[in-house]
Amino acid sequence: MMLELSYDDEWLPICDDSVLTPGRGMAALLPDGRQVALFRDRAGRSYAIDNRDPFTGAQVLSRGLIGSAGGRPFVASPLLKQRFDLETGRCLDDEDVAVAVHEVRTRELAAVS
Amino acid sequence: MAHMPTIVLVGHGMVGQRFLEALAERGVTERARIVVLCEEPRPAYDRVRLTSYFDGRTPDDLSMVEDGFMARHGIELHLDDPAETIDREARTVTSRAGRVIAYDTLVLATGSYPFVPPVPGKDATGCFVYRTIEDLLAIEEYAKTARTGAVVGGGLLGLEAAGALKGLGLETHVVEFAPRLMPVQVDEGGGAALLRTIENMGLVVHTGTGTQEVLTEDGSVTGMALSDGTTVATDMVVFSAGVRPRDQLARDCGLAVGERGGIAVDELCRTSDPAVYAIGECAMAADGRVYGLVAPGYEMALTAAATIAEEEAKAFTGADMSTKLKLLGVDVASFGDAHGTADGCLDVVYSDSRSGIYKKLVVDPDGVLLGGVLVGDAESYGMLRPMTGTKPPVAPEQLVLPAGAGAPVSLGPQSLPDEAIICSCHNVTKGAICACSSLPEVKKCTKAGTGCGSCVKVIQQLLPKPADSGMCGCFPYTRSELYEIVRTMRSTSYAQLLDSHGREEARGGEGCEICKPAVASILASLTNEYILDGERAALQDTNDHFLANMQRNGSYSIVPRIPGGEITPEKLIVIGEVARDFGLYTKITGGQRIDLFGARVDQLPRIWTRLVDAGFESGHAYGKSLRTVKSCVGRTWCRYGVQDSVKMAIDLELRYRGLRAPHKLKSAVSGCARECAEAQSKDFGVIATANGWNLYVGGNGGATPRHADLLAQDLSDAELIRLIDRFLMFYIRTADRLERTAAWLERLEGGLDHLRDVVVHDKLGLCDELEALMAAHVASYHDEWAETLNDPERLRRFVSFVNAPDAPDPSVKFVPERGQIKPDLTILTLEPLEGASAR
Ligand code: SRM
Ligand SMILES: Cc1cc2nc3c(=O)[nH]c(=O)nc-3n(C[C@H](O)[C@H](O)[C@H](O)COP(=O)(O)OP(=O)(O)OC[C@H]3O[C@@H](n4cnc5c(N)ncnc54)[C@H](O)[C@@H]3O)c2cc1C
Ligand code: SF4
Ligand code: FES
Repeated sequence: MMLELSYDDEWLPICDDSVLTPGRGMAALLPDGRQVALFRDRAGRSYAIDNRDPFTGAQVLSRGLIGSAGGRPFVASPLLKQRFDLETGRCLDDEDVAVAVHEVRTRELAAVS
Repeated sequence: MAHMPTIVLVGHGMVGQRFLEALAERGVTERARIVVLCEEPRPAYDRVRLTSYFDGRTPDDLSMVEDGFMARHGIELHLDDPAETIDREARTVTSRAGRVIAYDTLVLATGSYPFVPPVPGKDATGCFVYRTIEDLLAIEEYAKTARTGAVVGGGLLGLEAAGALKGLGLETHVVEFAPRLMPVQVDEGGGAALLRTIENMGLVVHTGTGTQEVLTEDGSVTGMALSDGTTVATDMVVFSAGVRPRDQLARDCGLAVGERGGIAVDELCRTSDPAVYAIGECAMAADGRVYGLVAPGYEMALTAAATIAEEEAKAFTGADMSTKLKLLGVDVASFGDAHGTADGCLDVVYSDSRSGIYKKLVVDPDGVLLGGVLVGDAESYGMLRPMTGTKPPVAPEQLVLPAGAGAPVSLGPQSLPDEAIICSCHNVTKGAICACSSLPEVKKCTKAGTGCGSCVKVIQQLLPKPADSGMCGCFPYTRSELYEIVRTMRSTSYAQLLDSHGREEARGGEGCEICKPAVASILASLTNEYILDGERAALQDTNDHFLANMQRNGSYSIVPRIPGGEITPEKLIVIGEVARDFGLYTKITGGQRIDLFGARVDQLPRIWTRLVDAGFESGHAYGKSLRTVKSCVGRTWCRYGVQDSVKMAIDLELRYRGLRAPHKLKSAVSGCARECAEAQSKDFGVIATANGWNLYVGGNGGATPRHADLLAQDLSDAELIRLIDRFLMFYIRTADRLERTAAWLERLEGGLDHLRDVVVHDKLGLCDELEALMAAHVASYHDEWAETLNDPERLRRFVSFVNAPDAPDPSVKFVPERGQIKPDLTILTLEPLEGASAR
């Protein structure tokens, strides 16, 4: 299954979703230089938020640990450990902070047999 | 526009500040203009803790005014500008600087001044009082040239002052007119216990004698003549013979004052002029007393503020004079009717002059507790004071006996009624405390615990324990319980564990950032398999995930293992070459090895290829695992050394490398008792003796340092290693998540003795198993970096971007500094890129 990000009103293919370890993230580079953190959870759902940790400015959110609280998925920044909701981008530890959320989908590639 | 009334506060001390806070809490600061005249050059500070200035607190630490408080509430504060006159007719106050301020309401909170007995020489150079920060600064300065100091007054403040002089290195005398120390607070027996303890500390106490004259030479103090005919040679004198209310302003404008001083006020703290209030130590309360403690002053502040806010105020009819102090390291407490003045009251006394403990409870004939005195051990004060006025649930003698004598009683504060005052500084009841759920909340909502702090322990006992001791929202178990579950289930899967043993609501979910690494560590301790395969890859903390330490700009540092800190020139050269070729910043660490900073994720495999080829392996600087075993140079070179400490350090480091634990593990080996390797600050430290090795455990550096405890002496090499094996495995098995050995040992029931029973005397019959676990670890050790480099699958994660594996991360940039690099933080602080705001 191809993982695609919404970019400039189009779907940008990123990678095969099996490349992502369930429960872990990876970063993707957008054509405009922005970085996106992609995650896959145990159930196989994908999420995409900005990779930049707003508390430190470092592009590291993709390297955080993911978890769920009250049924909602989050990632904890690897630097200072603030958590961000993967669906809304809201910071769970500081209500004034949020990161951008990107639309993501997985698409069956035409079978090559 | 409606008239905005003006409230003028004269005196910005502890009570004055509490009054301002009370006005703000009631919204009065929004409806009225508030002007404060403060005589001292600084805003209100914690006079009660004045002496802690000598323990290294700065005047700023003592401040009682939260940053921005005055500005936020629009309060005008004039420092260094005392009120000089009051015109009650015109309703104005005139300050020394010439300000004339019209008031609608005037509040006097001028406190007290130290009483200096009118003896000849009292104004000589070298005479001081003990009331303000400025007094302390002056005492400190003068003490630099002095050898001896004498304090006039053996009361509460006198003993504090004496402690301060002693702390400044002076030979210290205390002169008290009464026949015992602290005559107001303690009775004769208590005074005697106090005297012994204080004399044991090397202070010279003269009781039952007064100061007749301060002897001087050229205007400077040289000694004191006492009324018993003796003289004391001293370079300085601190007067601490009681305080007197500062009521002169009030007298001058014709307000009523008490016979022995103090501005007379009614139960609502109003003076004889209803527009003028007086609160704190300058006031004589409706019960005719002048209170020299801060808690009654705070109550008055609340009463006055509520009255001014036109709320129903709690009348101030008098207060409890209970106190608990730590004077010169001795606990002293008195509460209620400490002197037993009530009709027909009885005493229960426990006294042990060997250890300086004296406890007396005063009860009425029906057994109702009226008060008491505790000297030397005031542990039970927090419990006993709130019980005053009630009949304790056990016989009073059981309340004064030391633990271990007869049937020990431990009375929980749970047995107290809701109305019992738990915090006497802020008059907070048990009921109010129980309405909160955490200590920070209690402090915020009730202020309890923010005064002298003596009630905090009881408050903690009253607060609900967390619902369970579970590690996080996912598991209701502690780490050591989870360890046992994993061990007995032989489970190797986090997901399985979460779904079978997680909390109901967490099953099937993702887990969280707390339990994932903890379970990963347990799995690693038990199986020692490659930590990044399969599901375990998702559990590791970021640092373990990349086998390197993430730095502030997202780059990584690399720490190759350098066992015992010993390294050949060839290996040093390789490190230098690698650092040079990849442009890394190099630094000698605090752990006797070398850290290379500034690598991008995608560079890590290439850097490690070079290092592994040269014979280096992972130093696990990223893991909760063995870090370093530091060594001193030892017998081989050092003239004092008695054993080969370097060899032992290397052996230990190689034995325990890669061992994953609840927290990091550090060790050191010193070649003799001079301890150059600082082994006693390590989780396990080894010091050579003429006969072998001494093993110390539970040491810690860091923020809460702890000296390690000696576990066993004069061990052979084999005995030493066997004992460390057992110790480490027992720790790994029973410690909490992120609990280092120091904290674990502190918590371990039975402490060091228990530990010794288990790992030395094998009391639990565990030792074989512990040794077998360690043997399995040692046998299965592999270098994580070598294993990673040998497997292309495992190398796949080392890219900056999943869709552009060859692109370096453009946000990781460096700038030069002192001939090396440092992170370019300007890139990181740029405003968020366009579109990067929340949707
Ligand atoms: C690199 C180094 C500083 C240096 O430049 O010298 C260092 C760096 C860090 N220390 Fe340290 N500590 C370093 C020696 C020490 C020492 C000295 C020693 O080991 O003799 C101590 C005091 C001894 C002790 O641990 O008891 C020390 C006490 C701490 C603590 C406090 C631990 C405690 O129990 O209180 C932390 C925080 C923690 O672990 O929770 C810490 C945490 C850290 C962290 C992991 C902070 C972080 O999360 O980023 C730093 C990351 C290192 C990295 O990126 O490589 N570091 N740290 C030293 C690495 C030594 C090594 O070769 O492995
Ligand atoms: C060393 C020491 C230890 C103590 N330990 C304890 C203890 O353990 N427990 C306890 O309960 N109490 C203790 N106290 C007593 C406690 O500090 C006082 O009860 C408390 O400070 C009283 O507060 P207050 O605001 O009434 O007076 P103060 O804190 O003295 O404040 C009065 C302020 O008014 C100013 N002032 C006076 N006249 C004027 C004027 N005309 N114009 C403007 N400003 C003026 C003064 O300069 C002063 O700053 C201790 C005191 C000292 C000195
Ligand atoms: S601890 Fe002893 S043997 Fe080691 S370097 Fe110091 S003095 Fe020498
Ligand atoms: S009793 Fe002093 S702070 Fe609570």
